[in-house]
Amino acid sequence: MGNSFETVIGLEVHAELSTKSKIFCGCSTEFGGLPNTHTCPICLGHPGTLPVLNRQAVEFAMKAALALNCQIADVSKFDRKNYFYPDLPKAYQISQYDRPIGESGWIEIELNGEKKRIGITRVHLEEDAGKLNHLDDGNSSLVDYNRVGVPLIEIVSEPDMRSPEEGRAYLEKLKQILQYTGVSDVKMEEGSLRCDANISLRPVGTEAFGTKTEMKNLNSFRNVERALKYEEQRQAQVLAEGGTVIQQTMRWMENEERTKVMRSKEEAHDYRYFPEPDLVQLQIDLAWKESVQQSLPELPDARKKRYKKVFGLSDYDAGLLTATKKTADFYDEVVAAGANPKAAANWVSSEVLGYLNNQGKSLDETAITPESLAEMIQLIEKGTISNKIAKKVFKELMEKGGNPTSIVEEKGWVQISDEGKLKEIVLEVIQANPQSVADYKNGKDRALGFLVGQVMKATKGKANPKMVNELILKQMDG
Amino acid sequence: MAISKEQVRHVAKLARLSLTDEEVQMYTGQMNDILTFAEKLNELDTENVEPTSHVLDMANVLREDQNRPSLDRDQTLRNAPDKQDGMFRVPAVFEE
Repeated sequence: MGNSFETVIGLEVHAELSTKSKIFCGCSTEFGGLPNTHTCPICLGHPGTLPVLNRQAVEFAMKAALALNCQIADVSKFDRKNYFYPDLPKAYQISQYDRPIGESGWIEIELNGEKKRIGITRVHLEEDAGKLNHLDDGNSSLVDYNRVGVPLIEIVSEPDMRSPEEGRAYLEKLKQILQYTGVSDVKMEEGSLRCDANISLRPVGTEAFGTKTEMKNLNSFRNVERALKYEEQRQAQVLAEGGTVIQQTMRWMENEERTKVMRSKEEAHDYRYFPEPDLVQLQIDLAWKESVQQSLPELPDARKKRYKKVFGLSDYDAGLLTATKKTADFYDEVVAAGANPKAAANWVSSEVLGYLNNQGKSLDETAITPESLAEMIQLIEKGTISNKIAKKVFKELMEKGGNPTSIVEEKGWVQISDEGKLKEIVLEVIQANPQSVADYKNGKDRALGFLVGQVMKATKGKANPKMVNELILKQMDG
Repeated sequence: MAISKEQVRHVAKLARLSLTDEEVQMYTGQMNDILTFAEKLNELDTENVEPTSHVLDMANVLREDQNRPSLDRDQTLRNAPDKQDGMFRVPAVFEE
């Protein structure tokens, strides 16, 4: 990005809410059913049917809005957004226009160690549309209405982001917060989290916004960042050549790595919003607001702060542990079960997460429990097992589960810390390796490592390494 | 409040209707009649009336998040003019 223009980005994010039933009827919201098997006269928009609002959808929307620091409306209502397109059987989408559930929120992002607040304009509830499958013959499309009526929240940011990287950081943070609240499963690949981006450039130092373009079809974090970068460059070039940016809606063509015009402002939709007469108002009193507020879990920033403050963890470790709620919950339980918080942080962030990454598994697909990991960490602290052995125990716990104390006993993995016993082995190793002893005495420190390794080998890794080290030094120096 | 022929054409386009010039002429007249009639409401003094978005004095009509059986797909598709592979078949649309 040249230094003559400043980039301005705002994002609109749609998240499908994790209710069992649709927003206005009892059809299932499950992903992946056979086409048109989760439909009924209400979501198909048959004449004479009436929508009835799902209480859980309202509470999820409130919960998300509260987690995003929004003000919750005392009175909220629904409106019809009218457009003719086959993904909407009613030819309108029930959405919220002027009285959304939540307004005026913010989240904090962190980029290269710098924190920045991004404003949230609004959070509103609406119904999802159906899915079109365009046929190769180019003459027809096939419509599946299973997704019609799945509850969505739309989260509109303020135009507060100044780079594609900030756009991505905002989206990642938003996803993390929503995932913590449990209101959505936020899977971009399944379409339960979708992002549209608005981007414009303006001369550095000016206030007025430049003409923006809107980009759709951004179905991964990577694509959001790439599309924004592409469009930033394209607009900069247009402006540098003395041209004007045309307000239009673009589509990101993933395979071609470019944006393509979908429609210009002249063809823009005219949605003719009006109040939805089939639904009565929503009144949200203080008691309702408070009960939803109470149901919010500790959010990622608060949790990260606590890990640093209470457990003395590094910013990096605290960030790793709080990346997902599942990991953070697991870590908290390990500590609650009696493990040293710092040791637990190391085991969870490196061994547990490393194992899951390697195996492509999630925590609940393994056999480990927070209690068993805590007990294993205590065995290390007590000197019953070495770190090396602990890794073997850990693998057992992940794959088969069980009780670490019994595993260690059954496998005969208890660490040898008996000085007399160790001394015997040390003497044998020293006698068998006179060359190494001579090397060590000639100043080759590596020889010490070799000798320790021989003792470990002789004890199948069970010798207390610290004691072995000391004993060997004592024999050779003494 | 008068409706112009341009507005009629615009609304027709939004509704995916193609109108002949005669039809545009006719609907412009009809829509103006309807709006003129509705404008009678403006004669009422609403100075001291709270704005409302709904005629019913009710709020918070909600249902619990419970599943109910969906329709059989055969029934869902029964009135479809065209169908294929368990889906509604419609003329190709390439906008979104």
